[in-house]
Amino acid sequence: MPIHEKSLIRPENLSTHDNLTIDGVDVSGDWSTFIKARVVQDYNEDLQDEIAALPGGENIHRCWQCGSCTNACTVNALNPDFNPRLWIYLIRMGFEAELVRDKDIIWQCVSCNKCTSACPRDVVPEGVMKATAHWLELKGYTPKTPSTEFDEIFSNQVIHTGKIEDGAVLLGFFRRTGQSPFQDWVIQMGKQLAMGLPIRMLMRMGLATLFHPRTRGWDRARAAIEEYVEEQEAAHRKALGLGGSSHDPHAPRQAQPIPQAAE
Amino acid sequence: MADNKYNLIAYYPGCALEGTGSAYNTSTKAVGKALGLGLEEVKNWNCCGAMEVKNIDPKIQTYLSSRVMSIAANEMGHDVVMAPCNGCYHNLKKAEYDLTHDEGSKEVTERLSSKAGHATYQAGQVETIHALDWIKKSIGEDGIKSRVKNSLSGLKVANYYGCMYTRPRHIFPEKDKGPGTESTSAPHFMDDILDAAGADNVDFALKTACCGGAHTLSDSDTSTKLVLNILQAAEESGADVIATECPTCHTGLEMHQIRAEKRFGVKTNVKILYFTQLLGIALGLNPRKVGVHENVSKPMGMLRERRIV
Ligand code: SF4
Ligand code: SF4
Repeated sequence: MPIHEKSLIRPENLSTHDNLTIDGVDVSGDWSTFIKARVVQDYNEDLQDEIAALPGGENIHRCWQCGSCTNACTVNALNPDFNPRLWIYLIRMGFEAELVRDKDIIWQCVSCNKCTSACPRDVVPEGVMKATAHWLELKGYTPKTPSTEFDEIFSNQVIHTGKIEDGAVLLGFFRRTGQSPFQDWVIQMGKQLAMGLPIRMLMRMGLATLFHPRTRGWDRARAAIEEYVEEQEAAHRKALGLGGSSHDPHAPRQAQPIPQAAE
Repeated sequence: MADNKYNLIAYYPGCALEGTGSAYNTSTKAVGKALGLGLEEVKNWNCCGAMEVKNIDPKIQTYLSSRVMSIAANEMGHDVVMAPCNGCYHNLKKAEYDLTHDEGSKEVTERLSSKAGHATYQAGQVETIHALDWIKKSIGEDGIKSRVKNSLSGLKVANYYGCMYTRPRHIFPEKDKGPGTESTSAPHFMDDILDAAGADNVDFALKTACCGGAHTLSDSDTSTKLVLNILQAAEESGADVIATECPTCHTGLEMHQIRAEKRFGVKTNVKILYFTQLLGIALGLNPRKVGVHENVSKPMGMLRERRIV
């Protein structure tokens, strides 16, 4: 199906009359289906450039809409609304409002890179998904997604110490997203893990949460990376026409609830 | 095709192998020792950036990975680095690719390396290999066959490779080069190794499916569904065990096997073991030596039933 029809005809743009007679002909119900006229005036002509200015979005202009990315996509197989090809089309056309309709699912890309391997044009759709998710946050369309929260906690630890200690990242994530670390499946996993572990191993794990592993002499690397990150953040905001410096990283943020399956 | 170039190499365990994936670390080292292969751990290494740092900025990830390779090459004099973790392996390969093809990545890496006070890694200084390449290239199937003390015969194995070992394929220029090389669409190195150890590999369609590892906590329901597909496909193909070669996949499969039961009420019984654990057992090592007691899926009963241990 050509692309525009798919995105533009939405249920709310269809209208039917239950009782309608025109020139003596009864056209009630489906016979009177109309598609509401739709005029797009809200193009963002810079949309493609804005996405291309963020890491991962650089090659978006190369897309020729073959659809191989969507066809290969892991998340699309779970949710047909997750459609990288369509989003790339909307971005390239400047349909900002259309794109923003899907703001709550774009971040769900799992970075499996099936799309990147399938793409005949080196677009790196995986990167475009990350750039688009980042763009939605910078523009204020979405609060920080759980994915970004996790990336930040993780990256901050790497930048600070050079290494990762998974227990600390896990607890930090649960704390920042307002979840209890004592969820049924976490407890079950802990139990099954502890069953086979000797006391010495448990003690070592306990100690690891007190003494975080770190790379020796990391301070200079840390300072250099922090300086670079600040420069990049300023450059991204500028490219999107957003003033001011980046938000205070320590300010409390409204965490988005994690989608949960029905019990 | 044994090549003694791989008999003493630099070893980059990475963060996961010091945490949740510690059984992979133990078993990799134990297998190396049993096979007489030398592994020298990269000194004072740092995190490669995992799946997360690239979302802040991919060039920082390139720098982080380049530092590991720089130490191996410039401070330890190695020309091969082996990373058993798919994430580390992928990131080192990606850094190699970017430093060869992208001026911007090169500039940032030079700048950060000089400010951090170490030699800048130059593309081509080391060859990054996965633990699968390491076994294939140093010992090979014939070498394994001649050393098997405890055949895995009768054990039905689904070999699971995940995403990062083969995708995106452009960062693995040595793959897809015909016979003897690894395939990105239908990888077989783990199948080859475990086949040589006597295992009965099953036909498994989801070898390179995604486990949702990137969102294992931030979008757990998606990850649980993806893992459940993998577990169920393995069971349908008759597998007793899924062999893994990545700590993130391995932990993801274990964790979401439990979560699938708790949240969706779907129980699966297939066991999950690192390929190095299976190989170690085949080489006659005690299961404890390869960390089987740390596996959440509790495979000992099944291994006994199949008379493997
Ligand atoms: S596979 Fe590549 S070229 Fe084809 S639609 Fe997707 S991004 Fe565009
Ligand atoms: S990387 Fe993201 S967009 Fe690409 S196939 Fe995987 S889930 Fe889909």
